[in-house]
Amino acid sequence: MSGPGTPGDVLLEVEGVSLSFGGVTAINDISFDVREHEVRAIIGPNGAGKSSMLNVINGVYHPQQGRIRFAGETFTDMDPHRAAKMGISRTFQNIALFKGMSVLDNMMAGRNLRMTSGIFAQALRLGGAEREEIRHREAVERIIDFLEIQAHRKTPVGRLPYGLQKRVDLGRALAMEPRLLLLDEPMAGMNLEEKQDMCRFILDVNDEFGTTIVLIEHDMGVVMDISDRVVVLDYGRKIGDGVPDQVRSSQAVIDAYLGVSH
Amino acid sequence: MAIDIRTLDTFPKLLAHHAQVRGRLPAIREKHLGVWQTWDWARLAAEVRALASGLASQGLKRGDHLAIVGDNRPRLYAAMCAAQCLGAIPVPLYQDAVAAEMAFPIQNADIGFAVAEDQEQVDKLLEILPQCPMLKRIYYDDPRGLRNYAQDALMSYENLQEAGRAFEAQNPGAFDAEVAACKGDDPAAMFFTSGTTGHPKGVVLTNTALIDRAQAAATMEGLGDSDVVLAYLPPAWIGQNIFSYAQPFVTGYCICCPESGETVINDMREIGPTYYFAPPRVLEALLTTVSIRMEDAGALKRSMYAYFMDVARRVGARILDGKPVGAADRLLYAIGDVLVYGPLRNVLGMSRVRVAYTAGEAIGPDLFVFYRSIGINLKQLYGSTETSVFVCIQPNGQVKSDTVGPAVPGVELMFTPQRELLIRSPGLFKEYYKNPEATAEAKDADGWFHTGDAGYFDADGHVKIIDRVKDVGRLSDATLFAPKYIENKLKFFPYVKEAVAFGDGRDRVCVFINYDMEAVGNWAEKRNLPYAGYTDLASRPEVYELIRECVEKVNADLAQDPELTHSQIYRFLVLHKELDADDGELTRTRKVRRGHIAEKYQPLIDALYGGQKTIHVEAQVKYEDGRTGMISADVAISDAKTFSVADGRKAA
Repeated sequence: MSGPGTPGDVLLEVEGVSLSFGGVTAINDISFDVREHEVRAIIGPNGAGKSSMLNVINGVYHPQQGRIRFAGETFTDMDPHRAAKMGISRTFQNIALFKGMSVLDNMMAGRNLRMTSGIFAQALRLGGAEREEIRHREAVERIIDFLEIQAHRKTPVGRLPYGLQKRVDLGRALAMEPRLLLLDEPMAGMNLEEKQDMCRFILDVNDEFGTTIVLIEHDMGVVMDISDRVVVLDYGRKIGDGVPDQVRSSQAVIDAYLGVSH
Repeated sequence: MAIDIRTLDTFPKLLAHHAQVRGRLPAIREKHLGVWQTWDWARLAAEVRALASGLASQGLKRGDHLAIVGDNRPRLYAAMCAAQCLGAIPVPLYQDAVAAEMAFPIQNADIGFAVAEDQEQVDKLLEILPQCPMLKRIYYDDPRGLRNYAQDALMSYENLQEAGRAFEAQNPGAFDAEVAACKGDDPAAMFFTSGTTGHPKGVVLTNTALIDRAQAAATMEGLGDSDVVLAYLPPAWIGQNIFSYAQPFVTGYCICCPESGETVINDMREIGPTYYFAPPRVLEALLTTVSIRMEDAGALKRSMYAYFMDVARRVGARILDGKPVGAADRLLYAIGDVLVYGPLRNVLGMSRVRVAYTAGEAIGPDLFVFYRSIGINLKQLYGSTETSVFVCIQPNGQVKSDTVGPAVPGVELMFTPQRELLIRSPGLFKEYYKNPEATAEAKDADGWFHTGDAGYFDADGHVKIIDRVKDVGRLSDATLFAPKYIENKLKFFPYVKEAVAFGDGRDRVCVFINYDMEAVGNWAEKRNLPYAGYTDLASRPEVYELIRECVEKVNADLAQDPELTHSQIYRFLVLHKELDADDGELTRTRKVRRGHIAEKYQPLIDALYGGQKTIHVEAQVKYEDGRTGMISADVAISDAKTFSVADGRKAA
């Protein structure tokens, strides 16, 4: 009925957030919440403020008003490093990977925050560092197995087709073992088959690891199929919020997407 | 070291033997999370024991069937043996079959138990449960995605083994008693053959049949427990099963399961198998990969490759066969081996291959010779599900591209006057399951299996398969006419895509040709020959010239064979359109429908035999969106040179 997983307590709460750049208001007094184990989508036409919203959540932008609560802690402004430490991880619309490095190395880099041994211990392959590396490698291998990219482990990312690079980007984000995963247009630029694969992986991540997911997408069809609840933005305002069926039949949403005749 | 298959006459007994004699040697490997994990023979035996006890506790009995659905996985092979330990019969099913195709075998064999690899296979089995009420229990290997499945029929592999250990604690000795009760002539496995017409047939093979044939081939090739095989083809196909189950159980060698279908070539490089099997299409795909990568290489590497491949073509196969070769050529070949052949074998993952087989369909001589010339001992074999594979194998040093070799020890061969190959062998199948009519039709009262394949013995006593018996005809002078053989010979040329040979009941052979658009298109571009499309290019005299060279090479080749010299091609034409399954000219598996084509293009055939130079045709074509259209063209007819037997010798 309501999609995968069983949503639990509120994990992330956005309260009255406003963000403007000079005179331009990107986000205007927006509030919504995300429950644990939920797939939550933020949709809206181009320029609606979707990516800005994501950037506020993981601390790249600092809102002028409002506050964010994550896992019981309140803070007015977050920075990306702290967000990552608290278990918020994200993928990027235009893929942020080291193109010349292998799939494996990119994903190992994703575990950087979880590594404790120092640079010298690692360089000299001291016992502790080596054991740690093996542990991290195992975690990364599980993700490689999960995303079915075993054949590309040693391939430089730049040589992979676009759809696979997107999958590796997801893998890199997952390597952090996040509590909250932010996906910025995970299906952008993909063909139908790649989209279907990506949908399956997103649902599987949610199901298998229990990861809470917030995703931005403008492909309505995809979003409605895999999300538990949807927030709709238009010109920086929230114009809808609810389960997919509710949102789909809302007149405000239909107007925003199809335009209104005046 | 040969084992005594009179006392070790079943697979469970063989397993116990290996666990005792070579318990610490690897039996089966699988790459998991990037690391090769090994089960030694003792571990495999322990896995099988717990699994068999588990199945017994769930009610699997002697004579029942156990479906096994999935890729090459250690646990699925363990499940095969576990069923055999209880006297039950494993039925491997193709993992890429759609759900509906799995219903027939399950209904036919009244299968109550199934072991499935993962969620995908479980989903398919659950989907057909309504049509297959007999299927009561489904066990799965990989639990991913199955956590929220609540069906009562489902149970994990671990839980099944757990139940087995508890069962064994309560019933000590039950497992050993079941194993001891198994006899050599009990059925060991059932394989469903893909019936091209009607339902598939379940081929029942006994322990003795499989073990005897596995042993005969292993002895011939000197296989032992240090050999390694990569299991990468569907285990439901006897061609994989014999190499990854029957033969390792006989010889004690180790099989390796790749990480996934896409990683096979990497895994092959890491494992370095010593014993290898590949159907021609796999070998062809590998060669294509190599050729494409070579074209991208620098000029120096490209010319080095071209030069040494030329040397290899000239002397490589002769060196492999141990025939005399001049000292200068030997030296050149040795240099080539260091610079080109060795690295190439390494890239292909074939550095350690001692014996490689190909079978299943005719292999092009160029493709076959390529592998042999770079020092890979690729050989042909002949067999089928009904014969436990090994009927003919080319012995080392007696390898030819157009025969399948002499009979393997233990096999009797005979040809009927209609040239059908009959086989009597200890490896023959017991029966087609629940299909006595089909069994009686295939296996006569004297125990001869009628293969349906036509052929003959060549001068060295090697079997040469030329066609299916039902397609073989006679020319009007009563000599043999094997259309498929001629068509295949033409299709081995990259320029020829399809060929249709006519000649049954006529005085000579004529053919239709479809050229290969990609190959001939490239060829035309390189020669600055502009063209508008298939029909346009088909009418060019240059293309006719190109095709005629191919036809005449085939004629020269046919002239060498006294049985087939009369089948040389006198006249041919290049069809004005590509044969297409949508127009009913090919089957969906791209086999030529000769009868239908003959009817549809009767005027063209009349022109071929009537001696005309050109003929005007109009043909209806179906487009992919269902519309129809007309093509009209003038089709030219060309004569081809034919050879006498003596000419053939010279030309070749």
